[in-house]
Amino acid sequence: MSVLLVAEHNNKELKPFTLNAVTAASQMNNDLHAVIIGNNCGDAAKKLSELPLVKKVIQVEAVHYENFVAENFAPVIVKLAENYSHVVCSANTFGKNLMPRIAASLDTSQVSDIIKVISADTFLRPIYAGNAFATVKSKDPKKCITIRPTSFDPCESSGGSAPIEKAEPSEEFNNTKFVKREEIKSDRPELGTARVVVSGGRGMQSGDNFKLITSVADKLNAAIGASRAAVDAGYISNDHQVGQTGKVVVPDLYIAIGISGAIQHLAGMKESKVIVAINKDGEAPIFSVADYGLEADLFEAVPQFIEELNKLNTIQK
Amino acid sequence: MKILVAVKRVIDYNVQVRVKEDNTGVVTDNVKMSTNPPDDNAIEEAVKIKESGKATEVVAVSVGEEKAQETVRKALAVGADRGILIKADGILEPLAVSKLLQKIVEKEKPDLVFMGKQAIDDDCNQTGQMLSALLNWPQATFASKIEIKDKKLEVTREIDEGLETIEINIPAIVTCDLRLNEPRYASLPNIMKAKKKPIEQINASDLGVDTSPRIEQIKVEEPPKRKAGIKVKSVAELVQKLKNEAKVI
Repeated sequence: MSVLLVAEHNNKELKPFTLNAVTAASQMNNDLHAVIIGNNCGDAAKKLSELPLVKKVIQVEAVHYENFVAENFAPVIVKLAENYSHVVCSANTFGKNLMPRIAASLDTSQVSDIIKVISADTFLRPIYAGNAFATVKSKDPKKCITIRPTSFDPCESSGGSAPIEKAEPSEEFNNTKFVKREEIKSDRPELGTARVVVSGGRGMQSGDNFKLITSVADKLNAAIGASRAAVDAGYISNDHQVGQTGKVVVPDLYIAIGISGAIQHLAGMKESKVIVAINKDGEAPIFSVADYGLEADLFEAVPQFIEELNKLNTIQK
Repeated sequence: MKILVAVKRVIDYNVQVRVKEDNTGVVTDNVKMSTNPPDDNAIEEAVKIKESGKATEVVAVSVGEEKAQETVRKALAVGADRGILIKADGILEPLAVSKLLQKIVEKEKPDLVFMGKQAIDDDCNQTGQMLSALLNWPQATFASKIEIKDKKLEVTREIDEGLETIEINIPAIVTCDLRLNEPRYASLPNIMKAKKKPIEQINASDLGVDTSPRIEQIKVEEPPKRKAGIKVKSVAELVQKLKNEAKVI
């Protein structure tokens, strides 16, 4: 039987991590179908059909799918799952919210947040904030898998022409109503996919001081991250949190400024290719994962860092 | 209104977890155990709602070995009225836990079920959503704000893009984010009082749920170690290294 990928989108475009999830799903079985559920999502469905790894697109549309409510999504996916061996999506807040609802309905024990496909039923996944890696084999006849998007490369996004089939929507779930979504719009690269991430922690001392982080990020065309302490203190909004219960990032360059490096934060960034830490506490655990550590007062070091970056004048946008 | 809160006993969040030499799991002998951190937020929220007069009873439930009683006791010490321990040994997957909780919900008939959004040991992030599916109840996951409005809840959820607000009808499941509230510490008198609060013990096997694992844990290993880096002496040296050695700027 084939693999069914649940596409994440905003009704117009595919969300970038859908491409990473397609790569992961195709490693379970290359007969890969993708379902897109939304309202007036024809453009996104077309883009999905252009991914060469996707052999068939199933499009399900209804007004009550406009806002991606899991209670509405799950029944239609459970019904489609009759014909599939695996249901797959990303382990981001979309997939984390949705997949267990599907799995329980299928009486499947879900495998969450995998970082490697070993075979069609065996996967590698981090546990204990990434302090251990577990190799697990699913014995359920139907498998429900969420994948860590940053552990898989995005698939080719053009050249394919899979057929698009329509499927019947399921009924609306009346006990949950979407009210609003407050998305923080930014011209910066997305935190999850940025090549460079500059993060601030409790050491920033105030939301105002986060301007220093912004200035560094501007120079490097970077996304802005934060430790949980900085978000809890109100220095910056929750969508910037990197860590065990926030986002996992794997940029080419991660710069941690005023972050001590609690294991929960390290869980979200320690796979980055190059890690820089600037912290005045030489004993801070962040230095144990940093390729380049600078033991210094960030309020002196960061303005100097910006100055040095200005001198380089070779920053590529 | 009655609120059921599910709490899990896990390795304390400050412990540096070590993998067993035989690769069968992680070391838990002589390791400090605590309540899963966001479950503390779930208890706190339920107790706050009771204190505001909007709930009449808070019941704490845990699933696990005998020692999970300590986790239930801690919930009682911060304000839950009574406890339930579903005794079960071995690895319990979220699907099994949610089926056991379903049995308790059918018996206790709570209006709301709260729990943490994720356990910090297996990092599964499944149980609340699975329980909602089994009960066909609405789910508000990753909640950072809860407002009770008559027979409805307005919940602010933390999502990757920012914040989302949904309105759900009671009965409902809420999974709590760490930013929902600031969990209180148990005072000594309340710890003493909690010793007198009842904890009902139920054997998982008596609930008619098959809890045998569906996922075979083949091995548990240390993650690849990052090789130690260097300390630079100045900002100029840092920039030079990033440009010429790491070639990332």
